[in-house]
Amino acid sequence: MSEEEIIWEVKRDSINKLVQSGKRIDGRAFDEQRPITITNNFIENAEGSTLVKIGNTAVLAGIKMDVMEPFPDTPEEGVLMTNAELVPMADPTYYAGPPTEDSIEFARVVDRGVRESKMIDVSKLCISPGEKVWAVMIDMHVLDYDGNLFDAGSLAAVNALWNARIPRYEEDKIVRGEWEDYLPLNDKPISNTFVKIAGKNLLDPLIDEERVMDARITMAVTEKDALCAAQKSGTGFYTKQDLDEMLDLSIAKSKQTRKLIKRE
Amino acid sequence: MGSNKKVDLIIDGKRTDGRSPEELRPIKIEVGVLHRADGSCLLDWGDNKVLAGVYGPRECFPKHEQDPLKARLRYRYNMAPFSVSDRKRPGPDRRSVEISKVSREALEKVLFLEYFPRTSIDIFVEVLQAGAGTRCAALTAASVALADAGIPMKSLVVACAAGKVNDTIVLDLNQMEDNYGQADLPLGIVMTTGEIALMQMDGNFSREEFNQAYELAMKGAREIYEKQKQALKQKYAAGELNE
Repeated sequence: MSEEEIIWEVKRDSINKLVQSGKRIDGRAFDEQRPITITNNFIENAEGSTLVKIGNTAVLAGIKMDVMEPFPDTPEEGVLMTNAELVPMADPTYYAGPPTEDSIEFARVVDRGVRESKMIDVSKLCISPGEKVWAVMIDMHVLDYDGNLFDAGSLAAVNALWNARIPRYEEDKIVRGEWEDYLPLNDKPISNTFVKIAGKNLLDPLIDEERVMDARITMAVTEKDALCAAQKSGTGFYTKQDLDEMLDLSIAKSKQTRKLIKRE
Repeated sequence: MGSNKKVDLIIDGKRTDGRSPEELRPIKIEVGVLHRADGSCLLDWGDNKVLAGVYGPRECFPKHEQDPLKARLRYRYNMAPFSVSDRKRPGPDRRSVEISKVSREALEKVLFLEYFPRTSIDIFVEVLQAGAGTRCAALTAASVALADAGIPMKSLVVACAAGKVNDTIVLDLNQMEDNYGQADLPLGIVMTTGEIALMQMDGNFSREEFNQAYELAMKGAREIYEKQKQALKQKYAAGELNE
């Protein structure tokens, strides 16, 4: 066993014991989020951008747009793509290279939260049916990893979309550096992530909590309190009771977190 | 999930393939279909045709991936190029990587990996023909293949999906329903305890609809579980010796 793993075993025991006595390592309640700071319009060259910090976890989401051919089965709809980079500086275990299964899962889960909430009205992103539509590309850059990439990434992506503007399009060319209207949007989906430790579900996990967790669930909730995306990861199991508890909490917490989404 | 096109997926209580909302598609399970693999399962589910093959426990290569405390579990979900209408380029895409990850994680604590340190248990599932619900068919087949390989486990695992089409909760979406429906909830269940080992969801469910979909998926899983057990029993019932 490497030195790193031995430390995690010791941490695992202490975190488990704490949870069994109703506590977390940073003193939060089981259903309490860390403080969130949001900086919109962080990057000038992007169509939209937002830096989100949940505790020490920092994710910068940038929105770029381009014109491309639509998908054959949706000739009059704009296109959405989501990518994530686990930048090596964010964590000692991140390394440069092709996307890992963690980064792929992260990008796809955030993508589903945005896509399935139908927050972007893709029918309004058509320039010429069957030929040209706007593609909205969300890129999440993880700068500092202290647990809960899903919620930080999602909040950054959604805020960035709300602050994003469509580039000027003249004579079949994009005029870079000039922008027109905001994106046509109609929802603010919020992602809520829980880890299961010692049978309890903890909201907004720290990195140590993620490393010793049994399992993790992310639930994305729309403005109308509908579940639009969910993902279970990790090797542990959940009961229906767990799901009910987390869904109720997700719906309640989303109402608060949603207030942080602003167009500036 | 569904594009913005409005399609009538339920007419007079019947779905596009004639099923009622609570009906599964036909499923056929064959065990031990491959000669070289330690365990295998060919599973037909609606229009899906998936083939699962298991090797293990066997020596774990590459050596640096060996775990001194338990077997290393690997799960590869892959779609054959001819499995879908528009040819799928060979090789893992992002979707396959994600499905492989959550499927492997679903099985980790079901298998007694600690019994086989320093080995690997490799599960390969090929989707030969895709017709919505491939990840569920794959995981269900993998579970049977693991049993066929004689790998000790807590329980068989069944994966089954429920969804929403035309505002109705339905069991086991077919291709049309997956493309034009409103929500999809695949669940992977540890059948002896009823615990959830895999869960994904996309679309739109109210709280109540989520509950209904969950119950329906569980009901479907219980039916499929009987088929798994039946298929495994049949392998022994015939009294044929495996070569």
